[in-house]
Amino acid sequence: MRIKLVPRQTHSRLMTWLTPVMALGLSLVAGTVVFYLLGYPPLQSLYAFFISPISDLYGVCELLVKASPLAMIAVGLSMGFRANVWNIGAEGQLTVGALTGSALVIYFPESNNILILPAMLILGILGGMAWASIPAFLKTRFNTNEILTSLLLVYVAILLLSTLVHGPWRDPAGYNFPQSVLFQNVATLPVIVPGTRLHLGTIFALLAIITGWVLISRTLAGFQVRVSGMAPQAARYTGVRSNLMIWCVLLGAGGLAGLAGIIEITGLIGQVQPIISPGYGFSAIIVAFLGRLHPVGILFASLVLALSYLGGEFVQIKLGLPLGIAGVFQGMLLFFLLSCDILIHYRIEIRKASISSSARST
Amino acid sequence: MSSPLLELRGVTKAFPGVLANDSVDISIPEGQIHALLGENGAGKSTLVKIIYGYYAADEGDMYWMGNSISVTSPAHARQIGIGMVFQHFSLFDALSVRDNIELAISSKEGGDVLSQKIHEVSNTYGLGLDPERDVFSLSVGERQRVEIVRCLLQSPKLLIMDEPTSVLTPQEADNLFKVLNQLADEGCAILYISHKLEEIKELCHHATILRQGKVVAECDPTKESTRSLAEMMIGKSLDPPTYELKKTGETKFFVQNLSRTAEDERSISLKNISFDVREGEIFGIAGVAGNGQTELMEMLAGEVLADDNAAISINGVECGHRSIRERRELGAAIVPEERLGHGAVGSMSLIENVFLSGHQRFNLARKLWMNYSNARTFAQKTCDDFDVRHAGIHVDAGSLSGGNLQKFLIGREILQEPLVMLASQPTWGVDAGSQLAIHKALLNLAANGTAVLVISQDLDELLELCNRIAVMFAGSLSEPYPVSSLTAEKIGLLMGGAHPEAA
Repeated sequence: MRIKLVPRQTHSRLMTWLTPVMALGLSLVAGTVVFYLLGYPPLQSLYAFFISPISDLYGVCELLVKASPLAMIAVGLSMGFRANVWNIGAEGQLTVGALTGSALVIYFPESNNILILPAMLILGILGGMAWASIPAFLKTRFNTNEILTSLLLVYVAILLLSTLVHGPWRDPAGYNFPQSVLFQNVATLPVIVPGTRLHLGTIFALLAIITGWVLISRTLAGFQVRVSGMAPQAARYTGVRSNLMIWCVLLGAGGLAGLAGIIEITGLIGQVQPIISPGYGFSAIIVAFLGRLHPVGILFASLVLALSYLGGEFVQIKLGLPLGIAGVFQGMLLFFLLSCDILIHYRIEIRKASISSSARST
Repeated sequence: MSSPLLELRGVTKAFPGVLANDSVDISIPEGQIHALLGENGAGKSTLVKIIYGYYAADEGDMYWMGNSISVTSPAHARQIGIGMVFQHFSLFDALSVRDNIELAISSKEGGDVLSQKIHEVSNTYGLGLDPERDVFSLSVGERQRVEIVRCLLQSPKLLIMDEPTSVLTPQEADNLFKVLNQLADEGCAILYISHKLEEIKELCHHATILRQGKVVAECDPTKESTRSLAEMMIGKSLDPPTYELKKTGETKFFVQNLSRTAEDERSISLKNISFDVREGEIFGIAGVAGNGQTELMEMLAGEVLADDNAAISINGVECGHRSIRERRELGAAIVPEERLGHGAVGSMSLIENVFLSGHQRFNLARKLWMNYSNARTFAQKTCDDFDVRHAGIHVDAGSLSGGNLQKFLIGREILQEPLVMLASQPTWGVDAGSQLAIHKALLNLAANGTAVLVISQDLDELLELCNRIAVMFAGSLSEPYPVSSLTAEKIGLLMGGAHPEAA
């Protein structure tokens, strides 16, 4: 008996959109089992993980706070993924964006100019772009694999951050803690719902989603991105210059990741710390795929992933579960999503090997 | 009367959405060269794959030398004496002929014994194969002989050949026919798949004609005309195009000393290619696939730029350095060789596929925005004007049959009213009905004053369409010959690399 994956002749569009939901359901079932095996009451734990964190306004706002950077980065990444450019170094681009944006405050700590905040955001975008331009240059010039270069640059970026907060950027009055000075008020993003931490960055994320949507479905550039991914030869035929395309999608994703980085600093943290993001740059890859590389899908997927972060923190506090449980949920989600995707494109066929006896007689 | 070698009764095979074989009966006696004839999608490939054990039939019986049998795998098919030579070869370039054969037939005797056997078989049939040569150094025809020898070493009783001449020069094809005739004389049956009617008339003893999965006719092809065979195949009477040699005007497309260095060992260098195409003319480039046509087309289209700006001119404007978009603006229209993945994106709708080449001239994109309503109009017009049968312009291009998709691509380019039309293999793998429609469209286009370039492997097509033909061999282009001075034999010699004087 052999088990084979046979390609399906047609696959349903409906299923393409249903699989994320199925993956979510399967993750919940598997999560129940995990909680049970760990010795925690499964239903209560699931409730504590998925429902309690968003049962009040503050919780919902926290969800949006975490979903914003995920959505913003994922929109950028999805453009690249559609064009077969696999930037998985958004975490590094985020970190460098946060650093370049913050540099302005570090070097002008007394400034009260209201233009400092927009300038920081712009510098953040440029920083992320600069970091993404390295894999872009290497790929277009030497045909290196952007998966490797962008990933490895994440660790360079994190070391750079570490060097700065432990060294030149450390607050002299900070009792030797590896932190920068606290930013002045003009250098922080305003809160948009009083009493919560929901800041202006969420609006930026929403704008990124809308822009991404218009770009991909209504413009010639978006059409070219889609063609590049589906049929590279057809892209050349329509007149896409593939190197330019690589530069554009990498710079776009880098810029959005950089913006997300500086928004985290100016909207939430208020100073430079050794850890800026709990892995948003990597989780955004899951968000992009869970959202089917479509901006609207990404909107929902970012909420799901944000909830996994929030729920992870919540069960740590409420039930004393390890924080790693969030990572377990994210991993299961991606695993089930990819498995379901396989089954959209292939069906499992079990073949019985048998040779009829009459064949041998000849 | 002894039972036939192979008999199929009521073989039926369905795929999702299509009945590929519908109750097919076929019977092949020993020593017969049996043609399997049909349009693309008529079910020929499915049927031979059932015989060769790739697919299991849903219904029906197969009898091998009188006994009921079910072939479960290609290995099983080889074991009982069925061999198959595929259209696309499966050889390792870096290995010698002997190693390739040894790998495939899993025989216990390797080395010199096998070399000896290869020699014997090769000499018996006049194939002239040296077992020690590396496959990459062989021509396409020689590679096919490796595949044939590989089958013959297992002394098959039935040999299946899937469109074997599509990659051969006429002379190579003649050699192949000698081998096949000799095999048939020795009692080996041959199931011969082709859509080239001339060669079926020349070679085959019996023909089974499939249409939409059903056997629609059986005949003795030597007693039929190509026209009657074609009519049986497509199920309606053909209306061959009538045309007269047109007056041609000034040069619209001019290529001078175009060269290109091969990037790797798989591609071909182009050597000083020069030709011109005039207003109202159809200029043909013949040649066996893999002699640099793909490389040439990339440069003519502008997907790869020339080193010398003056190497290519459209309507008097030098454009060797200009992009494909700029060349379209100068009046070029381009139909690439590959339909899916190059000329069209299979997973996009017909509407979106109109944008691929038409976004400039169809006024489909205002500045950066896609104009879907204009695109819909043009997709609909293309389908209506060029008889593209489709389930709606919203369906994916990949769901169209080869012939319909090709009509769509040609139509999309023609509606842009080009000054210069560059078409590569415009009817490759297309059914006879669509082929006729495409030929008519190209002739009309030229009659309206467009300079048309057709690169094709199909000599009949070129002889029918073109005013002048040049032949491509190993990256060089022969000088052009007026079609009236050419015969298939002469082109065949040029295709094999003979010098014009010898031709």
